[in-house]
Amino acid sequence: MFDLSGKTALVTGASGGIGAAIARALHGAGATVALSGTREAPLQDLAGELGERVHVTPCNLSDREAVNALPKVAAEAMGSVDILVNNAGVTRDNLFMRMSEDEWDSVIEVNLTAAMLLSKGVMRGMMKSRWGRIVNISSVVGSTGNPGQANYAASKAGLVGMSKSLAYEVASRGITVNAVAPGFITTAMTDKLNEEQQAKILTQVPAGRMGEASEIAAAVLYLASPEAGYVTGTTLHVNGGMAML
Amino acid sequence: MSDIQDRTRKIVVEHLGVEEDKVTENASFIDDLGADSLDTVELVMAFEEEFGIEIPDDAAETIQTFGDAVKFIKEAV
Repeated sequence: MFDLSGKTALVTGASGGIGAAIARALHGAGATVALSGTREAPLQDLAGELGERVHVTPCNLSDREAVNALPKVAAEAMGSVDILVNNAGVTRDNLFMRMSEDEWDSVIEVNLTAAMLLSKGVMRGMMKSRWGRIVNISSVVGSTGNPGQANYAASKAGLVGMSKSLAYEVASRGITVNAVAPGFITTAMTDKLNEEQQAKILTQVPAGRMGEASEIAAAVLYLASPEAGYVTGTTLHVNGGMAML
Repeated sequence: MSDIQDRTRKIVVEHLGVEEDKVTENASFIDDLGADSLDTVELVMAFEEEFGIEIPDDAAETIQTFGDAVKFIKEAV
């Protein structure tokens, strides 16, 4: 099941824990993958681990010129982009009353605007081939909110609204657009929390544990697969029951 | 010149699945030829590839009829 042989996938934020797991899962199902991220060294390490059918396409998602060039770079490297995973995300937390315009803008730019530009950039090829998959990585806080994360939550909720609108427009062309909303996942980001903070979070998670990056990757793999061709405009929540939406 | 018109008509016929004689100068893609708005985007993409030209979004919006398309393409090639 979930055979992606012959398909090509562009994954942003592949230098991070979840992005790397997504790239591994898609590659493991047979896809050719383009690994994008700001830091090239971890991308090269991951490419070395995966071996064949891998391209490294670094990109700073806060640089619009670079963002607009990325779909072309990836398509030239792989021949096409059949699957786009908008996974890259940044946080710049602050209390709303103290949040600067720059903290707001920079998070919206990378998390939401870059996803829009990349989706637009790959759409022509997908329309022509009458097949495409876009998976946007949202977050549970896009639905629930989170103190200190007004910018991040807005960007993640924005991805869901964008996914649904685009899903409407291109469904008749064999292109699906969906979101995956992770809850608390073991990554470098959450490792920074101390034990007390982690324990407090876990009281809100019925599953009683943090999620693994591979569990997000499995959800992405499903939505990217031919088998999920009738699933579009949806958000798949992967959060151990933390928010049952 | 008529070559451009013929090639353009062929794209429209193939893409929208309409009879060739329906594709007249004043035929509106949406009102007369049954295109939806996404079809018009795809038509513009097909014109760009056939003629090796670039049709910017604001220009694409002005191409409503077959005649509009032929006129734009003739000026662009």
